[in-house]
Amino acid sequence: MRLQAATIFVDDQAHAADFYTRVLGFEVTADVPLGEARWLTVAEPGNPGATNISLEPKGHPAAVAYAAALLEDGIPCCQLGVADLAAEHERLTALGVVFTQPPTDFGPVTVAVLDDTCGNLLQLAQVNAQSEPGADGEPDTSGDASPDTQA
Amino acid sequence: MVDDDAELFRALADPTRRLIMDELAQRPDQTLFEICSRLVMNHAVSISRQGVSQHLDVLERAGLVRTERRGRYKLHTLTPAPLERITTRWPPTGSASPPPPSPAGPPPSPPSPQEHP
Repeated sequence: MRLQAATIFVDDQAHAADFYTRVLGFEVTADVPLGEARWLTVAEPGNPGATNISLEPKGHPAAVAYAAALLEDGIPCCQLGVADLAAEHERLTALGVVFTQPPTDFGPVTVAVLDDTCGNLLQLAQVNAQSEPGADGEPDTSGDASPDTQA
Repeated sequence: MVDDDAELFRALADPTRRLIMDELAQRPDQTLFEICSRLVMNHAVSISRQGVSQHLDVLERAGLVRTERRGRYKLHTLTPAPLERITTRWPPTGSASPPPPSPAGPPPSPPSPQEHP
């Protein structure tokens, strides 16, 4: 079993399709009329195994309350992985994207939070190479770095 | 006797609130999520979001944090101006004429400390 699709509730599907493709760089993987709404998914381009993001309308009142409450406290609804956060921040800022949190280095990970203009915040995360094992206060036995542990 | 700055000193008395001030000093306009992330990642302080929110309320009442609603999110900024009241209330002894301990509020004109040529 694997994660096939995860939902992000959006204010407007047409606007979301534009932002998630033209601005963020995803590609549409499904766009099927479904009554008043669409079954609309996007995913990382060129990666058939990528998890789909289902951009669903806020049809249920709970979805409206959920998204608004997260937004007010600045909580992102999901995390997107990037290889070079500084470059993405520069690229997206030039496209007019608003960041509620600029790239912030937390050691093992550097994160930023942006407004998807569809009623959500998204966290971008870049996993940093661990240059010094044990330097982050990891509860380690600290014996693996010693050269003379062989008996 | 009226202690005018009771809320200011109460706000400063808590170590978690001082850490929150340290992190807010890094940059303005932080969301609650960013403040919580900074406490966890930089200080290994993990208290509930509600707890951090209550600390922010205390800091805001003391005038040390300004909360602003921008669009659909709420942003917090450190406003350290009230801290000046502490240093002006207790200037270095012998430097200038100390303010008289009048319980009837601040003097009308601020005493300018270094006036000698």
